Amino acid sequence: MTVLAQLLNGLQLGSVYALIALGYTMVYGIILLLNFAHGDIIMVGAYISWIALAQLGLHPIVAAILAVAGCTLLGVLIDKVAYAPLRNAPRLSILITAIGVSYFLENGAQLVFGADAKVVPAFTDITTIQVGDVTLYFTAILTIAVTAVSTIVLNLLVQKTKLGKAMRAVSEDMGAARLMGINVNNTISFTFAVGSALAGIGAVLYSMAYTQATPTMGIMLGTKAFVAAVLGGIGSIPGAVIGGLLVGMAEVLVSALGFPVWKDAVVYLLLIIVLIFRPTGILGRTMNEKV
Amino acid sequence: MPNETSKRADVAPEPEKRRRPVLVQVEEPNLVTERDMGKMPVLQAQHLGIDFGGLTAVDDFNIAMGPTEIAGLIGPNGAGKTTIFNLLTNVYQPTRGTVLIDGYDTAGKSVVQVNKMGIARTFQNIRLFSQMTVEENVLVGFTNSMSSHLVTDIFRLPGHWRQEAEFHEKAQELLGIFDMQGLSDERAGNLPYGAQRRLEILRALATHPKVLLLDEPAAGMNPNETEELMDNIRKIRDDLHIAILLIEHDMSLVMGICEVVGVLDYGKIIAKGSPEDIQNDPRVIEAYLGKQGVK
Repeated sequence: MTVLAQLLNGLQLGSVYALIALGYTMVYGIILLLNFAHGDIIMVGAYISWIALAQLGLHPIVAAILAVAGCTLLGVLIDKVAYAPLRNAPRLSILITAIGVSYFLENGAQLVFGADAKVVPAFTDITTIQVGDVTLYFTAILTIAVTAVSTIVLNLLVQKTKLGKAMRAVSEDMGAARLMGINVNNTISFTFAVGSALAGIGAVLYSMAYTQATPTMGIMLGTKAFVAAVLGGIGSIPGAVIGGLLVGMAEVLVSALGFPVWKDAVVYLLLIIVLIFRPTGILGRTMNEKV
Repeated sequence: MPNETSKRADVAPEPEKRRRPVLVQVEEPNLVTERDMGKMPVLQAQHLGIDFGGLTAVDDFNIAMGPTEIAGLIGPNGAGKTTIFNLLTNVYQPTRGTVLIDGYDTAGKSVVQVNKMGIARTFQNIRLFSQMTVEENVLVGFTNSMSSHLVTDIFRLPGHWRQEAEFHEKAQELLGIFDMQGLSDERAGNLPYGAQRRLEILRALATHPKVLLLDEPAAGMNPNETEELMDNIRKIRDDLHIAILLIEHDMSLVMGICEVVGVLDYGKIIAKGSPEDIQNDPRVIEAYLGKQGVK
């Protein structure tokens, strides 16, 4: 029973990491940018949930939709305002810009909402569900289910739709894609929109489980999800999911064994070990340097 | 670059104001073949040039291609042949001169818009989307002719199925030109070299060009494959009624299929004419073999 509960805990945390890691991996896949502001988008999503539920008293479903929509818009806005003007600049400039955007969001949130944690009210009264004689936490089941559905939809989007094909084409060869009539800027914006929407979903699910919004919550979440993306092979969509689940499971396992202080160390150790044996991550492909 | 647009305004009127194609008087219309006589050239360039810093890479390049013409561009390495392709597709913004596709000025247009106006190209070093399948590569070329709604695409509603079936058929039809239907689901990167070159041509054709630019299509091919490629280039021209401009070092191909050949040296056209004229032109021999070869 406790094994099952811990397993679900791990899957729940891992699912949130996976959703965030997908955003890192998609943006990296298309413009080779480590979007350091990505973690802070989750923070904004958590604050939107707090405003919608605690301040405005909206229906939880409306609150969730607002949070996801807000994150999506924010992601596209960040790209248009901060990254798009640097499309042809050296990669370091855009990386530094991403760090700047991250600080801007963190300090902006601190200015607007204050440094103390806001408590996000429960999205639902249902806490547990009974399957036979087993009691399961509702948020855990919901998180895992929503993540599974999101991943499937994302996969269909990337593999089967015109925009998905455009995304893959741009990520392989931006110049050639442009010459084949693909609007590269729109495709990149779309990628940011999808990645940020997933972060929004992650923000809602995270707020449901951990019920707190703080200005700096995106740092640790973002870092863990980034580790997950690198672990799985940055640029690879299934890699991000596998990496996210692995990191989540590892953290919960270490805590369950009685060493909760060690969980971060174990995650980074796992990353180091994987990178020693597979420098491009679990599902990463070897990069051919373009001449 | 607004600066360039104004500089070119004396050659052609502002593109925004113009609805109808305008034929620019080309000083040397000798590139129009007899078959295309009286028709408007599908690709025109006049006094086209670009400087990189102080270096003039291309200068005073003129061309007027008939709608079904096959023309060749030859010249020593570094003469500026690929630069001309980049100028014609607006990858590089020209420092001087005008490009008109089907009578419309390309000044100030993006690469994507120029592609929509009717120009497509292949690359000297193959640049396929190698992680995607053969059919997907062709489908990417169809992007602009597909209307799509994201929601129906994701949830695979009937509209999506209909369109997918339609474009699958179109892609197969295109792959049929080179008998490549059997390779549809193969990853493009796994194809043999010759097949990759052929697929790149098909991907370019999927964008419905009026002018196809081929950058060394026969590079790395053996004589049999080159022979086959020549037939196929002619077939594409005859079936699809498009103009083809190619860069090539393989003289058997250039002399075999091109109706007009231009020779480029140090960024300038030094000779222009039928393949026979070019082969006997002393300036051409000089460019390839040096001065002693002539006098």
